[in-house]
Amino acid sequence: MADTTSPRASSSVTRTPTSLTQGSTTKGGIGESTLRPDGILKVTGEFAYSSDLWHEDMLWGYTLRSTVAHAEIRSIDTSEALATSGVYAVLTYDDLPTEVKNYGLEIQDTPVLAHGKVRHHGEPVALVAADHPETARRAAAKIRIEYADLPVVTDEASATAPDAILVHEGRDDHHSGHVPHPNIVHRQPIVRGDADAAAARADVVVRGEYVFGMQDQAFLGPESGLAVPGEDGGVDLYVATQWLHSDLRQIAPVLGLPEKKVRMTLSGVGGAFGGREDLSMQIHACLLALRTGKPVKIVYNRFESFFGHVHRHPAKLWYEHGATRDGKLTHVKCRIVLDGGAYASASPAVVGNAASLSIGPYVVEDVAIEALALYTNNPPCGAMRGFGAVQACFAYEAQMDKVAAELGLDPVEFRQRNAMEQGTVMPTGQPVDSPAPVAELLRRVKSRPLPPERQWEVAGGAADVRALPGGLSNTTHGEGVVRGVGYAVGIKNVGFSEGFDDYSTARVRMEVINGEAVATVHTAMAEVGQGGVTVHAQIARTELGVTQVTIHPADTQVGSAGSTSASRQTYMTGGAVRNTCEAVREKVLEIGRRKFGTYHPAWATAELLLEGGKVVTDGGEALAGIAEVLEDEAVDLELEFRHRPTQAFDLRTGQGNGHVQYSFAAHRAVVEVDTELGLVKVVELACAQDVGKALNPLSVVGQIQGGTTQGLGVAVMEEIVVDPVTAKVRNPSFTDYLIPTILDTPTIPVDVLELADEHAPYGLRGIGEAPTLSSTPAVLAAIRNATGLELNKTPIRPEHLTGS
Amino acid sequence: MRVTFTVNGAPQEADDVWEGESLLYVLRERMGLPGSKNACEQGECGSCTVRLDGVPVCSCLVAAGQVQGREVVTVEGLAGEGGELSTVQQAFVDAGAVQCGFCTPGLLVAADELLERNPEPSDGDIREALSGNLCRCTGYEKILDAVRLAAARTEEAV
Ligand code: FES
Ligand code: FES
Repeated sequence: MADTTSPRASSSVTRTPTSLTQGSTTKGGIGESTLRPDGILKVTGEFAYSSDLWHEDMLWGYTLRSTVAHAEIRSIDTSEALATSGVYAVLTYDDLPTEVKNYGLEIQDTPVLAHGKVRHHGEPVALVAADHPETARRAAAKIRIEYADLPVVTDEASATAPDAILVHEGRDDHHSGHVPHPNIVHRQPIVRGDADAAAARADVVVRGEYVFGMQDQAFLGPESGLAVPGEDGGVDLYVATQWLHSDLRQIAPVLGLPEKKVRMTLSGVGGAFGGREDLSMQIHACLLALRTGKPVKIVYNRFESFFGHVHRHPAKLWYEHGATRDGKLTHVKCRIVLDGGAYASASPAVVGNAASLSIGPYVVEDVAIEALALYTNNPPCGAMRGFGAVQACFAYEAQMDKVAAELGLDPVEFRQRNAMEQGTVMPTGQPVDSPAPVAELLRRVKSRPLPPERQWEVAGGAADVRALPGGLSNTTHGEGVVRGVGYAVGIKNVGFSEGFDDYSTARVRMEVINGEAVATVHTAMAEVGQGGVTVHAQIARTELGVTQVTIHPADTQVGSAGSTSASRQTYMTGGAVRNTCEAVREKVLEIGRRKFGTYHPAWATAELLLEGGKVVTDGGEALAGIAEVLEDEAVDLELEFRHRPTQAFDLRTGQGNGHVQYSFAAHRAVVEVDTELGLVKVVELACAQDVGKALNPLSVVGQIQGGTTQGLGVAVMEEIVVDPVTAKVRNPSFTDYLIPTILDTPTIPVDVLELADEHAPYGLRGIGEAPTLSSTPAVLAAIRNATGLELNKTPIRPEHLTGS
Repeated sequence: MRVTFTVNGAPQEADDVWEGESLLYVLRERMGLPGSKNACEQGECGSCTVRLDGVPVCSCLVAAGQVQGREVVTVEGLAGEGGELSTVQQAFVDAGAVQCGFCTPGLLVAADELLERNPEPSDGDIREALSGNLCRCTGYEKILDAVRLAAARTEEAV
């Protein structure tokens, strides 16, 4: 395709992304489990990830980060670093080329390099470019920074005290006018009905306070990329991100370049999960490349990666649920306090989600809800899979179990009695206008046979310790081990909400090569592992009747695809590909009518499709080969696609049709707990989810299992520990921040329901996030069931179970 | 310093290697073999797994100098001469065991070694052999499927 006209530097760059061309021996259309077009490159080691990029005379960039959480910078002395042999540049705030020195997704409050002050541990202060990564690291260690410590604010009490130090003085953003304190980023109340009056009708009232720890996305591919200065004064940036055009919008002004001179290409992305929605090394690499005139590569190591991206907001949540004796919820009151850390990132949108989804997939007429995010000196928090709905689900599902217990009801049956369905009105006043099979999903996980007891027992009375809590540490052979079962269900929104003008763009070209009609799909969608590229090829096959489809590398030479987040890409860019394919098909048919219309009346009268390389009538009669129709003409279109518009939430009442679509998943967890040592083994974590329409069933199941496992991780092991006194991160490594291994992860049977949403392309529902919600509370419920403990915090640690 | 060793059956040489450089760095940045991955460089994730004289190791923890004169097999060495995928590679593709794929090279090297050692592994054996390889995307179910599939296909072929 014609991207060769731009002044790119790619000819001298090796290991850059390539087009993916894939044929198919079947129809290869939607609904089939076709294989990933990038699968072979990924198993041979040839797939070019952003950390694999290489340019012959490239330099290595390194970021010097603050060693303290909150301090004034009295002085920075770079002279010794600059004098180091092999060092080409050392940059600080003073070297920034334009007046634009901050960036941010919604609020531009994040300095490209610290200016006079650092607000969190690990904030970028200076950059070094050198001819070897170790030279850059050592030179950075020679930069002398004099810090004068400032007091830190780390929680709601310290951040909103009357004399609290302000994280951002002189704030002037679109939320600063309505928040009760300048250290609150955004606050969203939702009031519907009369919760106090309804509480008077309740036979039981249950209150709880919950704490959700800070989770890390822990994508495996480190933040990395390569910036190559162009001959035109611009820059070519190859990078791993979730949204190329959002990066571009933030990068170009800092560099002082028009957007067209910052040419971005997506490199191989090693997972994202929200952690690549904010910029990391993008601007830094470009600054170094433009300063030195040489290509600059930056690759974070794992230690730096923990500082290089935002995390999931830790939260404190207070809930009150009331119910009548017959098991109907009367009201819910809740207050959700999210710690946004030092910079806003996606906090405002996370608040909107937490508030609007705070009561879960239940019918409750009377609610009083408040969610807010703080500015503190803790690490910045932003997007992570589940986005504000995860923390709430952990709390409301614990509450649902407690209310059921008070009423003496089965927890699943109690949920089913209150389950929302199509037509239920959300606390925001928005009616749910597509299937909401909450009760059915619960029924499905519950009716699944339980895994056999004592699976660790092997012949001869021995024990396979790998199947026991403690695993290969060989801590028990079954003594002190008890089993528990727990359930949870959740609701997640799909897509960008609250009135955001969300769209995606797809360019599709159809032409004849070697006598065969083939299609090329070009979008800026970030393939981060989710399988969007697979689905795009399937859609093109279904809509255009071709077998061979080429997926062009994602770049900024085509319009924005929006973010690979919010479970939105199959809906939005999948929708865009379908939309453009339909327009391409119309053009092909037009050409066909022009050439052959006089030969057969069906050209004018029948509904025509493209199938198996031919133009066919809806009755299946072939009218012409697509290759005959097109000959050497090509049809090439680029079009935008939008979902139904949404509305902002009213700032006082929270009312508004804020969401595009909802997505539901339920889990049943079976755990075994060594009650003496407090060790947990999750034996099975079954999921049922409504996906609307599974465009690729194999990928759908893979997404559900992956999301489930991230929920398991935060239930029993994952937490970034921040020192409450210094606000410094204590465990920035995979040695101390644990994510589930294959031994920690149980079998995850998946039951996929396909109830079409008539408003969405093919009836599909965004699926990536919902399983991450209900997984955590299901595991917690199972541990409570096994131990009888209350457990209001996640992750659960052994000391919470042994009380020591 | 100069380091010479065999990679995927062919002799390789790297000059100007700094003492602190890992085998992983030399493979990726000096020998043009970036297939082995760098997810942690802390010996915790297994994405950099290669075989050193047949034994799976985290190449990020091995100093390049230690490899002098020895034999290394990386993910790039798994496919056949003509580029045809090995049984394990094909099984990972077919089973949907690859999402972002960043864990895949290390897992393939580890799984390949497991099946060589134990052609009919139980699920417990597979989990144990792959417990040093983190994957953040898949939840491991499809990785188990892939190894089971590779074992079954190998058996069929015998
Ligand atoms: S990169 Fe070597 S173990 Fe993680
Ligand atoms: S597929 Fe992404 S880490 Fe395993």
